[in-house]
Amino acid sequence: MSYTINVNGTPHTVDIDGDTPLLWVLRDTLDMKGSKFGCGMGLCGACTVHINGTPTRSCITPVSTVGKAQITTIEGIGSSDTGRKVQDAWLTTDVAQCGYCQAGQIMAATALLTANQKPTDQDIDNAMSANLCRCATYTRIRAAIKLAAGLPITDSREI
Amino acid sequence: MSISHSTEAVSRRAFLSVSAVAGGGMLLSFTIPQLADASIPLGITDAPPADNTSVINAYVNIYADNRIVISSKVPEIGQGIKTSLPMIIAEELDADWNTVHIVQAPLDAKLYGAQFAGGSFSTPLNWEPLRRAGAAARAMLITAAAKTWRVPESECTTSFGKVQNAAGKSLTYGQLAAKAAKLAPPDLKTLTLKDPKNYTIIGRSISGIDNPKVVTGQPLFGIDVTVPGMRYAVFQKCPVFGGKVVSANVEEIKALPGILNVFLVAPEGPTGLPDGMAMGLQSGVAIVASSWWQANKALDSLKVVWDEGPVASQSSAGFAAKALELSTQTPHRVIRKDGDAKAALAGAAKTVEAAYSYPFVAHSPLEPQNSTAVFKDGKLEIWSPTQNPGSGKTLIAKTLGLADDAVTVHMTRCGGGFGRRLGSEFMVEAAMIAKMQGEPVKLLWNRNQDLQHEFYRPGGFHYFKAGLDAQGELIAFTDHYVGYENNGKPSNSADLAATEFPAKYVKDLEFATSTQQLGVPTGPMRAPGSNAHAFVFQSFVDEVAHAAGKDPLQYRIDLFAQERAAPPPPPPAGKGPPGGGRGGFPMGPPFSGKRAQGVLEMVRDKSGWGKRQLPKGTGMGVAFYYSHLGYFAEVVQATVRPADGSIKVDKVWVVGDVGSTIINPFGALNQCQGAALDGISQALGARITIDRGRVAQTFPEYPLLRMYQAPPVQVDFKLTPNSPTGLGEPALPPVIPALCNAIFAATGTRIRSLPIDTTLLKSTST
Repeated sequence: MSYTINVNGTPHTVDIDGDTPLLWVLRDTLDMKGSKFGCGMGLCGACTVHINGTPTRSCITPVSTVGKAQITTIEGIGSSDTGRKVQDAWLTTDVAQCGYCQAGQIMAATALLTANQKPTDQDIDNAMSANLCRCATYTRIRAAIKLAAGLPITDSREI
Repeated sequence: MSISHSTEAVSRRAFLSVSAVAGGGMLLSFTIPQLADASIPLGITDAPPADNTSVINAYVNIYADNRIVISSKVPEIGQGIKTSLPMIIAEELDADWNTVHIVQAPLDAKLYGAQFAGGSFSTPLNWEPLRRAGAAARAMLITAAAKTWRVPESECTTSFGKVQNAAGKSLTYGQLAAKAAKLAPPDLKTLTLKDPKNYTIIGRSISGIDNPKVVTGQPLFGIDVTVPGMRYAVFQKCPVFGGKVVSANVEEIKALPGILNVFLVAPEGPTGLPDGMAMGLQSGVAIVASSWWQANKALDSLKVVWDEGPVASQSSAGFAAKALELSTQTPHRVIRKDGDAKAALAGAAKTVEAAYSYPFVAHSPLEPQNSTAVFKDGKLEIWSPTQNPGSGKTLIAKTLGLADDAVTVHMTRCGGGFGRRLGSEFMVEAAMIAKMQGEPVKLLWNRNQDLQHEFYRPGGFHYFKAGLDAQGELIAFTDHYVGYENNGKPSNSADLAATEFPAKYVKDLEFATSTQQLGVPTGPMRAPGSNAHAFVFQSFVDEVAHAAGKDPLQYRIDLFAQERAAPPPPPPAGKGPPGGGRGGFPMGPPFSGKRAQGVLEMVRDKSGWGKRQLPKGTGMGVAFYYSHLGYFAEVVQATVRPADGSIKVDKVWVVGDVGSTIINPFGALNQCQGAALDGISQALGARITIDRGRVAQTFPEYPLLRMYQAPPVQVDFKLTPNSPTGLGEPALPPVIPALCNAIFAATGTRIRSLPIDTTLLKSTST
């Protein structure tokens, strides 16, 4: 079956089974390797993309359900001001350890800051707790989100 | 904590060679024979043991355009080594860090010696040789400049990638590289290393070298590898460890959409079980498809007849019952006996007794196991996220019947390691499937396969007794540890070191062990052994301190004040003491009670121990542990809600002593914070249950720490005049007992089993 999906502003036509998750279309059909396979169950968030701005688990989103929606991936998130700021904050704060989950974390964080420019700690917990980091870089993620939002970081030794 | 008595230092003998590279550059190859790693088996178990020398290389390339390309020899698993090791070279080279490029070295034992990520070895093994590699390159650039200017070398200085002379002239390293490359390399022994106060790169917080690719989603990891003509595979193994495939509905699966091939692999049964470091090719069914999604979906329709084998009778409940039975019997062996602990216990003013246990635990790195393999013209080429590429290469060659040089391994960045990728069975599976398929294949495990076909941190059971004199001093200590064995040998990472604390600090002490047969694969997980023994020993020492009516932090400081028993004889030359991969380092200074006291005192001051008024239901706990040559004292503050027993970890204070220098503070802090939170994750939720020889949990039933559970982790380093050591592991072990001790302080309930059972904490803190 043929589907035309819009990824980072570009339409792509793919011939693929409709139940194929968007993740595998992105990774293996379109060769965009940034979105990661972590669990395939929507539990870890490594595959997070934006569909019309909403953070979405691409590993459990069949390509047949995407339609004409605008899909944004980690490869394209830097074209928005907020996405770019989040990426920069991730570099400045040295968030990544292994780095495998960080594409999903950045997508979740960008969605948070797009909707809420000055999140509280509780807002950050709520928005980010569905994204797993096995290296447990959570304190750095929190600091990077605050940096991107222009919020104060209380103690540099704690980040 | 196992306390090393080995004092053998890294050999200083070294050889250097240099050659010109295309484009007018210089290639410096640095070779240093040094003590082999006696603790981490780098090959499969029936391979001959590593001999006493291994070879370390570092490569520096300097190009005419001033680019300096440094090869990083060790796999990057998130420990930051790809950034920190090149920093060491660049520092002594006096390079301009902005011109330094870092590349992953290929696997090449002749050039680089041992290439693995494990045991927090990379920093202590490479600190000295890599500084000398950088200094040697710098010396040659100075010689080249001095010859150019016809001035004495003593009039030349370096900074930021340039040589200057007294007259104010300067040449860049790029301008000098071609000339320097023609010079004989200097004698490494006579090189002068920098005074640390002049460091400009070491000690700077430098963001991980691959971070720009990480944040923009560029391909980096094993799972991202693509080769032309590649097919996708899944591999279904017997749910019972060691089982083998009898038959499967192969034709039915072949008819499903996208399926290219279905075949049985190793129907004769697996090799190398159940040692996780030596797991070989497993028996199962391979499904090859034109997309991974189709291959994985076909698993839903796969019907297999398995021969489950003898492990099907094993269960966690059975292990616990057997451990209890063994605990009442004479131990199988006594591994340490100082004085007469039984007599001392009988004469003690007060005794304390407790039974502790901990479960099997999975590593669960976020990138599922995978490899991409091409078999062509009798040669196998493979791309793998591996911590242990040399071992994988040997296993593939042996299993596929190839010569070692017919196997090429490419190391990719790893989406987490934690010890899991020291095993190589996913590599040999990909290699065999590619060979049988006759096409390039990417093998990718799904998440439940990854959880249920791991090798695990082994569970264990400890039965402690302690005796106190009238002043509360610890005068007697015994542990009967019931662990596991495979064919008469302790299961991998299930051993207890005879040097475990408080050995040496109690006059009358006895450690005894018993073992029961295990068929579940076990192996090293971040701070192997220590991640379990820290919990039991440091919790029980806390019980002892409370029984003595003493402050538990000061009690530990006092214990370390004086050695009370003679140390055991040193291990035979070339072999570390028992406790492989932990305190059992084949190098480094002996354990220092003073350094232990130093970090305990510092964490007391940093955390405000004993000085802060805490609300009801909130408590602080402390623990100290020594592993991987690092001294770590940690304090946890935790709050327990009486209504449901739920735990909120409020804050963690980490104080570490890893020597004189923190090479990259960014990476160092990241490792300590991550290790502390990793430990909290284990304590709160990690448990693998064995039922009928298989893993009972699926991924949703294996909770890992989330953002909302993660407390701030304050890290401070106590700098001491010792050679710098590694940070991937030693910050993890003490956080678990520190948390459990905090819960005791908050509620009066002692946690003696992991993961923490919150039902024990309901309403107890009122």
